[in-house]
Amino acid sequence: MKKKIKGIKQEITTVLLLLPAVLVCLPVLLLITGSVMGNGELRECLSPIFAEDLAFVTWKLVPDYPTFENYGKLLFLTPQFFVLFWNSIKIVGCILVGQLLAGVPAAWAFAVYKVKGSRALFALYVVLMLLPFQVTMLSSYLVLNRLGMLDTHQALILPAVFSTFPVFLVYGGFRGIPMQLFEAARIDGAGEFTIFRKIGLPLGKSGLLSAMVLGFLEYWNMMEQPMAFLEEKALWPLSLYLPEITWAQAGYAFGASIITLIPAVFVFVWGQDYLEQGIIFSGLKE
Amino acid sequence: MKQWKTSGKRFRFIWQNKNVRRISYIKESQGDSLMKSGNMKGRLDLKIQKFRWKKNRLRRAFFLFLAPSFIGVLVFVLVPFLDVFKRSFTTAVTGQFNGIQNYKTIFTNQAFQLAVKNTFRFTFVCIPILVVVGLIIAFPLSKLKSAGLIKSLYLFPLAMPTATIVIVWKMFFYKQGFLNLFLTRLGEWSGLWGEIHKDYLGSSAAFWVLVFSYVWKNTGYTIVLWLAGILGISGEMLEAARVDGASELQSFFRVVLPNLKGSLYTIVILSFLNSFKIYREAYLVAGSYPEQDIYLLQHLFNNWFVNLDFDKMAAAAVCVGGFLFVVIMILQRLWDKSE
Repeated sequence: MKKKIKGIKQEITTVLLLLPAVLVCLPVLLLITGSVMGNGELRECLSPIFAEDLAFVTWKLVPDYPTFENYGKLLFLTPQFFVLFWNSIKIVGCILVGQLLAGVPAAWAFAVYKVKGSRALFALYVVLMLLPFQVTMLSSYLVLNRLGMLDTHQALILPAVFSTFPVFLVYGGFRGIPMQLFEAARIDGAGEFTIFRKIGLPLGKSGLLSAMVLGFLEYWNMMEQPMAFLEEKALWPLSLYLPEITWAQAGYAFGASIITLIPAVFVFVWGQDYLEQGIIFSGLKE
Repeated sequence: MKQWKTSGKRFRFIWQNKNVRRISYIKESQGDSLMKSGNMKGRLDLKIQKFRWKKNRLRRAFFLFLAPSFIGVLVFVLVPFLDVFKRSFTTAVTGQFNGIQNYKTIFTNQAFQLAVKNTFRFTFVCIPILVVVGLIIAFPLSKLKSAGLIKSLYLFPLAMPTATIVIVWKMFFYKQGFLNLFLTRLGEWSGLWGEIHKDYLGSSAAFWVLVFSYVWKNTGYTIVLWLAGILGISGEMLEAARVDGASELQSFFRVVLPNLKGSLYTIVILSFLNSFKIYREAYLVAGSYPEQDIYLLQHLFNNWFVNLDFDKMAAAAVCVGGFLFVVIMILQRLWDKSE
């Protein structure tokens, strides 16, 4: 009897938690239906936005005439869209690779070698990680200007590569490896780099992947940096271009939103465990 | 011997002393075996040397591994920030030294005051909401057997690029949008009020739209952090409370909450970090010069940047950076104390 009550209780909690969760994801549904609506139908639904009368915006969960014309227009008639998509992929890819090359060894250094001064340096890294973009915007601008990198993709990539947030995440992964392993490897005569490659990288993989997943979601959504450092619109990432589409082209905007969303959803679904792991790592105290 | 290897200075010292004593004992009692003890001392020296060498090796490895990242941080963050610090005491165009004039300017600047006020207001409103909402969802979630799907749904907004969500928010909060539609229907149904045509984005309600948007986006993040904290509380402790006859509410307030202090600090710091990113939504919904209730520091920095007001920007960056540094240090102290 008690067990049964417990079961019912579980079910009630599930439902109570599931309802708001579904509401949280409602916007995606809206985007999906919007993207398969024909232009005429969309115009009808959104007409209150154009006309200054008192009617309300309406919506249909399933469009009367579902169509892929928006996607067709995007994929076949707007080469510009591909350029921007490619920009986004290129920027995010370069940033992630760079973060791996610079950040992972740094995280390893902090996690394994507790030498004099390492604590102070780590504290510095934590403070830098918590500074918002606006505080470092002018300093980034000055250095990018000096290096002649304004209005190029490097202006977005290089400062992000040396962001200290991934160092912190990867550090969380490395810290979980028992120190005795390294000691044993040293006694067996392994060099420090061999230990890093043969023990650190395979065992600290979760931290690495977490940093990649969180990094992807963050930089796929990058806005402040391109807004400040890129004037040439052909260099813009998708995230900055989307808001430029006006209501008059709503169908196009919905379609473009969905396409922008797809890589992020893919990474989210594939890497959800690492995402959670990464969030937990981000919350670890040094 | 083993102890010496794994632990720090203290053990080494004891170990050394013991040996030195032993050596001197040998010297005193067995005068004829001086040779032997000298031998032993030599071995000891060798050990110490080896230890020093190993320590150097670790030092070298630390700096080699850190170098690529640290050089980058120096070039792209630290050195230019020093430049900004210098610039905060000079004029923008000619670069002449003008003391604390820039600081005086920004602190008497109305836009700066407004932006600071709004940023504080935003932070102090949305972080408590986020922390509480996260806990309200995370606690029952921690008791479910299959929480995976629900957690994913709450986390999903994290994956949604801001640019894609803004179009939806516009449809929701527009004068003729879904929220007003819903409220109007509710009013008709209950007969309490008539049609509602409030423009949420163009009035002071925009502030609450931002708060909503922030909570919507970050609840999943917070839930995961709370869950990690809750699952870290030992089951034995909860069991003990139950055996002692604590009700569920009691055990929540007396056992679970006090044990979540560490998580709370973490969540507050990370929520604070993420709160600055609300600028994306604010900018996309309302542009560079929004309604005055949502004119944040981020807007101000951006507008100064566009107008090339580098002197003000430098002074403000130093102030905000310094302020954050102090806050982070204080929070870390509190954090250290709580453990």
